[in-house]
Amino acid sequence: MSQGSLSRVFLALLKRDLLLAFRHRAELFNPLLFFVLVVTLFPLGTGAETRLLQTMAPGIIWVAALLAAMLSLDTIFRSDFEDGSLELLLLNAHPTSILVLAKVLAHWLITGLPLMIIAPLLALFLGLDQDVIGLLVLTLLLGTPVLSLIGAVAIALTVGLKRGGILLSLLVLPFYVPVLIFATNAIEMAMSGMPVTAQLWILASFLLLAITLTPWPTAAALKLSLS
Amino acid sequence: MMKFIHKTASPPYFYRLSGLWIPWLGAITLLLLIAGLYGGLIAAPTDYQQGESYRIIYIHVPAAWMSLFIYMAMAAAGAIGLIWRIKLAETVAVCSAPIGAGFTLLALVTGSLWGKPMWGAWWVWDARLTAELLLLFLYLGVMSLYVAIPDKRVASRAVALLALVGMVNIPIIHYSVEWWNTLHQGPTVTKFDKPSIDMRMLLPLLIMAVAFKIYYVWALFLRVRVELLERERNTQWVKELLHQSKEA
Repeated sequence: MSQGSLSRVFLALLKRDLLLAFRHRAELFNPLLFFVLVVTLFPLGTGAETRLLQTMAPGIIWVAALLAAMLSLDTIFRSDFEDGSLELLLLNAHPTSILVLAKVLAHWLITGLPLMIIAPLLALFLGLDQDVIGLLVLTLLLGTPVLSLIGAVAIALTVGLKRGGILLSLLVLPFYVPVLIFATNAIEMAMSGMPVTAQLWILASFLLLAITLTPWPTAAALKLSLS
Repeated sequence: MMKFIHKTASPPYFYRLSGLWIPWLGAITLLLLIAGLYGGLIAAPTDYQQGESYRIIYIHVPAAWMSLFIYMAMAAAGAIGLIWRIKLAETVAVCSAPIGAGFTLLALVTGSLWGKPMWGAWWVWDARLTAELLLLFLYLGVMSLYVAIPDKRVASRAVALLALVGMVNIPIIHYSVEWWNTLHQGPTVTKFDKPSIDMRMLLPLLIMAVAFKIYYVWALFLRVRVELLERERNTQWVKELLHQSKEA
């Protein structure tokens, strides 16, 4: 593997992770199922009044997406850590920070993308305006990769621990707040007919920042966890 | 210069030096606290709008300042520890977290006590309050991560890394929350809506701020000493120290 060029190694890693995920199809659907379940619980808890659900819909969908993303983080590095392939990844001649991006990209394709596809359906359940459903998908497109990227840092820090569950939520959720704020705000503004370009640009800048900045701490944390 | 730093940062040297400093730091903290509290609670004039209840700022505002200051100190110490592998810096980063969390909690509690008579509610989703609450979560995350990792050297480096990531994120979180709040609700009471503050009110506030800073150094030294003893329990200098204290 160390013989190939960086882009070839990157693609090979991406392909391997995707293949592994498709061989465990049941696990693939777990975050998605969780997402749908959480959203379903809200009308049961708050009452199914249309106006109430409509105003809460962006928040409900995004909070559920946040939780689903967090719960699925474990799959980025856990099995590789357990079978030792993570060590091989670190021993590779190519920079770990870039290889980490391949793993995060694979994780997003497996967990983030399905959320994006199913979200319009849930938006209809909650009675969200049809005009803003496209925007909801757009915010998910910009926001969920950020969740995976930030989550990768936290999971890299905790992968060596036996019980990282509760700790992970404490490490990750405060960092998710900005994405939540701007994504839900964009949808709410659009519902009242206001322009949302500012929010979308900010979400896009979060994504760029996360792509450029998070691979380093992730790689450093992986090295720590394996030491 | 580097030689001086390495000498001061060596655990046995720091242990001895901090032992000399601690009584003085404690005494200065106590004196400043008495002076600041007297100035703030008794000498300062009553506020024409908020009456006596404004006096909580003498605890609340310095605590809020400290909550951010300690996070920065923690991240800086963590960076030094990560880059130059200085054990003392790692220990300082780790030991700062509980003190910072304490100040954050203090700021939150005093803020909510002040909010009840002023805003009529214990908790308002005000931007500053929310940002402070998130800061508390960040501190708790750092502390739980340290506890969760069994190897303490690895744990302190992990904590340093997390503190640095947090440092980049704090401004983003802070401004996001501020933005969120200004769009969600308009009429929020700003704390310092007066253009200027009376000198007799300001001076005790500054004294309290200095008192809190020195308290931080004092508490930090106490914590770092214990942590160093625990980590270095198998080294020669700790054994000698133990031997001496047994003889005395």
